[in-house]
Amino acid sequence: MLNSRYLTIIKLIGVEKLAAPKKNGAQTVYFQNPPVIIAAASIVGSREGEGPLGNTFDQVVYDTYYGEKTWEKAEQRMLLETMQKALEKANLQGKDIDVMLAGDLLNQIISANLTARALAIPYLGLYGACSTMYEGLALGAMLIDGGFAEKVLIGSSSHYCTAERQYRFPTELGNQRPMTAQWTVTGAGAVVLAREGSGPVITHATIGKVIDMGQGDPQNMGAAMAPAAADTIIRHLQDTARSPDYYDLIITGDLGVYGKKLAEQLVAQNGYDISERYSDCGILIYSAAQDVHAGGSGCGCSAVVTCGYLFESLKSGKYKRLLGIGTGALLSPCSTQQGETVPGIGHAVVIEMR
Amino acid sequence: MPYNSNSIPVIKQKQQYEEMVKQITPKPRVWRNTFWAFIVGGLICLVGQFIVSFFRAQGLGVNEAGAAASATLVFLAAFLTGAGVYDEVSRFGGAGGIVPITGFANSMVAPALEYRAEGLVFGVGARLFTVAGPVLVWGIVTAWAVGILYYFFR
Repeated sequence: MLNSRYLTIIKLIGVEKLAAPKKNGAQTVYFQNPPVIIAAASIVGSREGEGPLGNTFDQVVYDTYYGEKTWEKAEQRMLLETMQKALEKANLQGKDIDVMLAGDLLNQIISANLTARALAIPYLGLYGACSTMYEGLALGAMLIDGGFAEKVLIGSSSHYCTAERQYRFPTELGNQRPMTAQWTVTGAGAVVLAREGSGPVITHATIGKVIDMGQGDPQNMGAAMAPAAADTIIRHLQDTARSPDYYDLIITGDLGVYGKKLAEQLVAQNGYDISERYSDCGILIYSAAQDVHAGGSGCGCSAVVTCGYLFESLKSGKYKRLLGIGTGALLSPCSTQQGETVPGIGHAVVIEMR
Repeated sequence: MPYNSNSIPVIKQKQQYEEMVKQITPKPRVWRNTFWAFIVGGLICLVGQFIVSFFRAQGLGVNEAGAAASATLVFLAAFLTGAGVYDEVSRFGGAGGIVPITGFANSMVAPALEYRAEGLVFGVGARLFTVAGPVLVWGIVTAWAVGILYYFFR
């Protein structure tokens, strides 16, 4: 194992002599004392609740307004309640948390900011588009294993109506979506990450590069993000000298039907066959009958699938080792209108049940 | 691809990727979409014709009956937008739901509903024309250009 070799080297030459002793290869870090996901919570909207993973979520909200006056307030309430639920499950209070990491899709990540206002926990806001949950998991694990925090609260959210309104058209406007378009997931996911406890652990994280292969269609974000996801998967396997079959499941965030095919091909071109164990949160969350075209997307997509279905599957023993890759399309309505192409990013996190 | 160590130029990689995307991405279903646009658009126009005939039967002239029918259609589309039905009509019918006057009504009412939360001035007032605005601006500019041409070349 590369890790143990690293540890021996560290012991032999002393930690201070290695500039970054926990870095493993070009883009991967490993955790000496893998942080534990001691609790996870998720709240979703009706469409997600009616989907195939419906019973893995903690709560389904049927009203798009969630009793609030606007969709933005509804999204924020969803994120706040999910965070509170995660704390409750971990039997903790806000004051027990050292750092909160959160983000969402709205301008100035306002849902996360207002949630942090309500929770009053030291807070770092994140923006990684739809990869935010995995960016948070990677950073949270680094904070804990680096000795800067003992418990970290991580969350992210998205809402179909707020995202449509910000990135596309008013929701009641009649228009036809192409088959490659994806449906923004309404939902929020949160985890409590701790230095000690029982639950799945995070052993590695691979920080992705922003990659742009010249795709400019904001209605085909799977194609824009696939190269970044593939790059991170390949980099991770190279850095850790693992073969794909080390993992029971390799799962990307929200590439959708066509993006998943592209990522699989790109990874195969580089000599790794992941087809047998590869899936995508955006495909799992809806059934074909729900007519969402290419699948789900948004910060909430990988967040609720990870905090609901994947967390449950790890605890039940269905999966023992999984490689999750949060994927994000780093575009804004302004950049698209000014003719910029859509760059993508993918952050990978290894979650194992020990 | 960028992660490919053998150094293919970036431009070439992008072209190769574009090819891959083209192969995997489904083609727009032109014939199916055109067919349903014809049916849905045609049905809306048929309803319009019924309304015109109704007003004619009530004794209105041709122009007045046309105007009254337009107003009725706009009302119906606005009502259906508010009821959350019209976006489904256009999702199914495509251009058939967008091109008739009902589509225009939908493009006005949808932002009005949407931006109500930001207030009557900066919400509804400022953003009512987000969708219909470009159509009006370039419609009027085109009419103006054609008008000038007509003046000189009639």
